[in-house]
Amino acid sequence: MLAPVLHILALTNIVRERALPVPGKVSARLQQKVSATDVVAEASWAREHALIDVARILHLSPSAADKLIKCKVGDKLAAGTVVAVGRGLIPRSVRAPKEGRVVAAGGGEVLLEVGESTVHLRAGIPGTVVQILPERGVVIQTAGALIQGVWGNGRIDTGLMVNLAEKADGVLAAGRLDPSLRGSVILGGQVKDAETLEAAAELPVRGLILSSLYPSLLAVAREMRYPIVVTDGFGSLPMNSAAWKLLSTNAKREVTLNAEPYDRYSGARPEIIIALPVSQEPAAPNEVEVFAPGQTVRLRRPPSLGAIGTLVYLNPGSTLLTSGLRAPTAVVKIETGESVIVPLVNLEVVG
Amino acid sequence: MPTSLVDGDSLLAVDIGAANTRAVLFDVVEGQYRFLAAGTAPSTVEAPYKDASEGVRNAIDQLQSTTGRSLLDDSRGLISPTQPNGAGIDVFVATMSGGPTLKAVVVGLLADVSLASARRLTETIYARIVDSIGLSDHRRPDELIDSLLRQRPDVVIVTGGTDGGASRSIQKILEPVGLASYLMPQEKRPAVLFAGNQKMQDEVRSLLGTLASALHFSPNVRPSLETEDLDPAARELARLFVEIRKHQIKGVDTIDLWTNGHFLPTGYAAGRMMRFLSKVYGTSKGILSVDLGGSAAVIAAGFKGKSTLGVYPQFALGENLPGLLNYTTLEDILRWSAVDISPGVLRDYLYQKALHPSSIPATKEDQAIAHAVARQALYLSMQAAKREFPRYAAILKAGLTPLFEPILAGGGALANAPSPGQSLLLLLDAIQPVGVTTVILDQNNLLPLLGAAASRNNLLPVQVLESGAFMSLGTVVSPVVTANYGSQILRARMLYEDGTEARADLKFGNIEILPLQAGQAARLNLQPASRADLGFGPGRGGTIPVSGGALGVVFDGRGRPLNLPEDAGRRRELIKKWNWTLGG
Repeated sequence: MLAPVLHILALTNIVRERALPVPGKVSARLQQKVSATDVVAEASWAREHALIDVARILHLSPSAADKLIKCKVGDKLAAGTVVAVGRGLIPRSVRAPKEGRVVAAGGGEVLLEVGESTVHLRAGIPGTVVQILPERGVVIQTAGALIQGVWGNGRIDTGLMVNLAEKADGVLAAGRLDPSLRGSVILGGQVKDAETLEAAAELPVRGLILSSLYPSLLAVAREMRYPIVVTDGFGSLPMNSAAWKLLSTNAKREVTLNAEPYDRYSGARPEIIIALPVSQEPAAPNEVEVFAPGQTVRLRRPPSLGAIGTLVYLNPGSTLLTSGLRAPTAVVKIETGESVIVPLVNLEVVG
Repeated sequence: MPTSLVDGDSLLAVDIGAANTRAVLFDVVEGQYRFLAAGTAPSTVEAPYKDASEGVRNAIDQLQSTTGRSLLDDSRGLISPTQPNGAGIDVFVATMSGGPTLKAVVVGLLADVSLASARRLTETIYARIVDSIGLSDHRRPDELIDSLLRQRPDVVIVTGGTDGGASRSIQKILEPVGLASYLMPQEKRPAVLFAGNQKMQDEVRSLLGTLASALHFSPNVRPSLETEDLDPAARELARLFVEIRKHQIKGVDTIDLWTNGHFLPTGYAAGRMMRFLSKVYGTSKGILSVDLGGSAAVIAAGFKGKSTLGVYPQFALGENLPGLLNYTTLEDILRWSAVDISPGVLRDYLYQKALHPSSIPATKEDQAIAHAVARQALYLSMQAAKREFPRYAAILKAGLTPLFEPILAGGGALANAPSPGQSLLLLLDAIQPVGVTTVILDQNNLLPLLGAAASRNNLLPVQVLESGAFMSLGTVVSPVVTANYGSQILRARMLYEDGTEARADLKFGNIEILPLQAGQAARLNLQPASRADLGFGPGRGGTIPVSGGALGVVFDGRGRPLNLPEDAGRRRELIKKWNWTLGG
C-alpha cells in the first residue's frame, strides 16, 4: 500500500521550486547562492481597478464613445487626465479618477489598474539557484537537515536556533522570552497562550518551532510577522522524537523556517532547514514509499499519537481494532519498546 | 431488447474519492448483472503523485489480483473491449469526488429567483460559493472586478432572465466577469456555465467566449418565472466539473478518455440514480440516499421521478472539517457523544483529523468522537437538503423529514461503521425518518457507480440493486409523537411466515427490536397510541408487510423531532442504552 511520507532527515539533498503566482520578473541568476530571505523574483499587480464608463457619461453608444477615447492599453495616466472628450458646443470631458495604467479600452469603457502592488518571491531556502523558470521563479538546491511540519503561518526567516523547550513535551511561556533571544529562532515546544506569541513578536524573534498549538491561537499565529512552524499538530502534543532529536542536537546552528501553509494538492509544507556544508551531494529523499517492514513510521492518530516507531510486520488481511473498525494494519514497535497494532492509514513513513 | 441481454457487456466502474479510489467490476452471472468484486487503493490526486490515474490503475491492479481477470495491459492501459481470452472490459465509467473544493461565483438577476436557482445548481457539484452577483448588488463594476480577481473562482455559474426576457441587465452584470477574466493569467481563468436567457447565447459567446477557460451553455434553469428546471443545467455542470478537473489534476484526462465521456461527479451520479429509482420504484413516498465522506455530505432524494441533490463540501469529514464550526458549535456536536469529552478535546480532534483525513479511529473514545461529528455533519446536511425538497413531498408534520421508502446510506462514516447497529443509530439520529421505512446500507458504495453506469446500461443498476449487493439494515418504524418519557406509544405484533408471532410495546424514549432476518418477510400489525402518527393518520394503525434485515424491525420511540435530554449525564446514559439495544 502506498504510504504518505514525512521528511525528517539529518542530511539530504533539498530541491525546491519557488514560483510567483502570476508572471513576473526573475531577478536571481543561475548558480547564484541565495539565502532564504533573498528576493529571487517579483511581480506587480494592481491593488484595485477603476472602470470609466465613457459611453454612459457622454450619453453615447459604446461604438460612438470608442471613437472619442484618447488613451490606449498600456498608457499611464495621471489623475485628472482627459480620457475622452464629447462633441458639441460645450464638449464634456471624461477624466481619469485616479492615477493608473490603462489595461483595457473598448465597448465604450476604459479600465485602469490603480495602485501598483509588488509581490516579492523569496528564496525560502538557502542554497544555489539551479534552474530559472522564465517569468515564474527558480529552482533552488541545498544540502542539509530537513524537518517537515504540519502547519505554518506563511512567513520565512533565518536565525540561530535556541532551545527553550528542554524536552519534547516542553511548554513555552512568555516569561522565558528575554531580550537576549532577539533575532533567534526559538525551539519552543507547545504554546498555550497568545501572550507568548505576542511576546515573541515584541522581541522580535526570527521564528518559532512548536510541537503543537491550540486551534484557538491559529488566528493570532497567522498575524505574527515571524515564521511559526508546528511539527506535530493541534492541542497539547509533544514533539515527535525524530524531529526533537534532530532539532535539539542542532541548537546554536543557523536554521531557516519556511512556514509555508500545508497544501496537500501542491505538496507545499512548512519546513525547517539546516543547511550543512557537504563535500558530496547527499541522496534526495524518497517522495513515494510503499509500506514495508523496517521503515521508521510516525503514528497519526490515538493511541500513541505522534509516537515514532519501527514497522515490524504487515498483518495479512484486515484486523479488528479496539474501535470496532476493521482495517489493514501493521505491528509497530514504538520507542517505549511496546509493540502496537496500527491501521496503515494511521501511519506515515518518516524518512 | 436491451443490448446488455444480448451482449452481456461487462462493466468496470471507478470512483476517485478524497482518500481512496475504488474499482468495481460488474458482469453477467446466470443471465443477471451482478456486483462481482471491488479493488481499493489510496487516491493519488494529492502530492506527491498529483496524478489521479495512478490511484485508478492501482485500484484496478487490486481488482485484477482478486478476480484473476486482466484489465490492464503491459503499459497499464485499459484493455477494452473484452478479449477472446477473457481479459479486458466492455464498458468503463467513472465518478470523482476527490480534489480541492471548487470555488464558484454565482451570477443572476433576482436573489430569490435566478440566484437561488444558481445556488441550487452549484450544490450539485463539489463547490462552495465565494461570491454572488445580482441586480441588488450595490458594488460598482470595478469593485466586482477586484472581488473576482481576489476570489479567483474556478467556475462562474450564470443564470437569469426568462427565455426571451431581460438581456441588458445580464449583459451589464457579465461585463465585470469578462473584464476580470481578461485580467487573469490564462491558466487561472474560470470556466463559465451559462444557464440563463437562451436568446442571449450569442451575446454571451461574444462577451466571454475567448475569456473563459471553458464556456458551456445549458437550457435555462428558469425558462419562466414560475418554472425551475435544474436537470439539464446540472448535467452540463457535471460535465464542466470534469473539464475543470482535467485542467487541475493530471490523469483525469486519461480516465475521461477511457470512459468515453461517461465520467461524472460522484454526488451527481448518486442524484441521477435517485431519479432513476424514483421512476422505477416510485411510490407516494420519496426515495432518499445519504452519503457522508471526506469530500462532501451528499443528500439525494427522488420524488415522483424528479430528484433533488445537495452536495455539501462544508459538511464533509475530510480536510474541510474545522470549517464545520462555521455552521455549528462544539456543544451541539458533543450532544451526540456517549462518552464525556471536553469541547477542547473535540476542537483539537477536528483540526488534527483535517491534517490526516484518511486516518481512522483506533480507540473507542476516538470512535465516539468521530461518530458524534458524523451525526452532526449529517444532521446539518439533512436540514439543508430539507429546504430544497418539493412542496408535494409527503410529510406527517411540517419541519420533519418527509416520508421515504427506502433510505439508502453510504460513504465512509456510514458504510464502515463498527456494526450495522451503529450505522443505523447514526442515521436515525441525523436523518430522523418518520413512519415506516426500509433502511439499506450501501457498504460497497455502489450507488454513485450505478448512477454512472445507468447512462451506458439501464438494466445493470436495477439488477445489481435487486441482487443483494446492498445490506438491508431492516425496517424502521418511527411514530411522530410527543409524550412523557416511558409512556406507551405503540403496540406491535409481527406474524412471521412460519406462523409464529412476536410482540413489542414501544414506550416513548426507547428503541425496541423485533428480529426478522434478511430475506425474510412478515406481516406487522401496528397499533399506535391516540396521537402517534405512523403515516396512517394520528392514532391509526394497520397491518403492513415488512422485510427483514441485519437488525430486523426497529421501533424508534424517541419522537420527532428527536429531543435529547439537557442533562449531559442522563443523555449519555440514554445514548449508551440505544446503542446497546441496536447491538453496540
